[in-house]
Amino acid sequence: MKIVGIAGSNVGTKTRTAVDVTLQKARDKYPDAEITLLDLAEYDMVFSDGRNYTDYEGDTKFVTETIMAADAIIIGTPTFQASIPATLKNIFDLLPVNGFRDKVVSILVTAGTARHYLMVEMQLKPILAYMKAHIVPTYVFLEDKDFHRKEIINDDILFRIERLVEDTVQLTNAYANIREEKDAEYDF
Amino acid sequence: MKQYRIEPDKGVEIGLYSIGEHLPNPHTGELISSQQRILELIEASKLADEAGLDVFAVGESHQTHFTTQAHTVILGAIAQATKNIKVASSATVLSTSDPVRVYEDFATLDLISNGRAEIVAGRGSRVGAYSLLGYDVRDYEELFEEKMELLMKLNNEDTVTWEGQFRAPLKNASILPQPMNGVLPIWRAVGGPPASAIKAGHAGVPMMLTTLGGPAINFKHSVDAYREAAKKAGFNPATLPIATTGLLYTAKDSQDALREYYPHINAGMQALKGGGYPKQQFAQAVDHRDALMIGSPQQIIEKMLYQYELYGNQRFLAEIDFGGVPFDKIAKNIELLATEIIPAVKKHTAKK
Repeated sequence: MKIVGIAGSNVGTKTRTAVDVTLQKARDKYPDAEITLLDLAEYDMVFSDGRNYTDYEGDTKFVTETIMAADAIIIGTPTFQASIPATLKNIFDLLPVNGFRDKVVSILVTAGTARHYLMVEMQLKPILAYMKAHIVPTYVFLEDKDFHRKEIINDDILFRIERLVEDTVQLTNAYANIREEKDAEYDF
Repeated sequence: MKQYRIEPDKGVEIGLYSIGEHLPNPHTGELISSQQRILELIEASKLADEAGLDVFAVGESHQTHFTTQAHTVILGAIAQATKNIKVASSATVLSTSDPVRVYEDFATLDLISNGRAEIVAGRGSRVGAYSLLGYDVRDYEELFEEKMELLMKLNNEDTVTWEGQFRAPLKNASILPQPMNGVLPIWRAVGGPPASAIKAGHAGVPMMLTTLGGPAINFKHSVDAYREAAKKAGFNPATLPIATTGLLYTAKDSQDALREYYPHINAGMQALKGGGYPKQQFAQAVDHRDALMIGSPQQIIEKMLYQYELYGNQRFLAEIDFGGVPFDKIAKNIELLATEIIPAVKKHTAKK
């Protein structure tokens, strides 16, 4: 199973910290999984101009191809102006319309205030649904007060992250089985 | 229709086209050489010509997984190797070419082929040509519209005076050689959505519409929009031919067709678009209402007649070599088209 974690902004540390902790839990629990981090702050991405993602060059090609090769994607996003950051939206714009078909996508979201709790429901999930993702229904919401110097200090969050990792892997396996069963109905 | 060398009384024209992609045969993993791929295209054109098909077309894409970048050169070889079949592009990426050179090439092709050449001009659904040939993909729309206007002018006027943004001006220029009867059939290649169908109709240019898959009725919007735009611009839609194009694979029965073709369409889409073809969607595609031409010869006949009823098209071009289909299967598809499918479709669409 290929799992890709995306830290979705090019500034700040909290989202990256949350994704790091999540991927570490995944590595500990599922040593056979192939786990890759894509921190968008580390890549030089161009804006989407509508071409097929395979036709880009450099970092843009690497990042999009890595995402498209994944079975499961864990998206970490901060909240900017009551929405996702432009860096993350650009990733979606770069991918095909059905880019998340047959992929499980789960979400970690950081925000400066609890008032942003429904941002994921209103801003992020509709995009993922449009792109045909199997969305893990529950997500982990982290506030500033859950962090201290690049560490997560709220046990509730840590437990939630554990469950998010388990749910992501379990749903990925379940959908793979469903697909296999469905494909077996066809003799081509 | 006569100026486009089309005789609707003889029934809908059926031909083949290739985008010249160069991919391994997914059944064996074998990738033939570029040379073999090109020679087999020429060989397929001979088979199609001998079998009485109406058109053979080759397109250009300037990037990896393709091998017919110099499509006019290949069309020259095809013109020489064949006797009756029309020779066209599918498509010529006009946006990244000089319309004068395109016209010279196809006028020459028309002379070599004794009046069988046609231009199908498009913008390119793949963008490789833009950076390679020195154009900015941000000018995507304007490049094409300006060059298309010039190309039509070259076709319709004896001496051309013209000025534009992307090419040096022309003053009383004569384009030589001239094609057989002074004009070439020139089509506009149109993708799925109606926006460029409307542009084609507005300019009164014949439309070649790609109908790659999904419900055939979805493409009817573009056909209607094309005719409506033509009418509004003062053209008689009944004088403007419409061609449709799509992937086609047939075998003795539909199960064989599905089994043999699925790996090709899946691997081909994966290589060119970065996403495979879902099995569920592929299984649905044998339905006569789906545009994808997959199934037994009888099912293909039903699909072609259904689409003819929907669109009232004058031509259908089939892409039978997509995704590394080996030459023996290409030959088999041409044979089934010629012996079973085309006679039935012509019988139903010709005026008795």
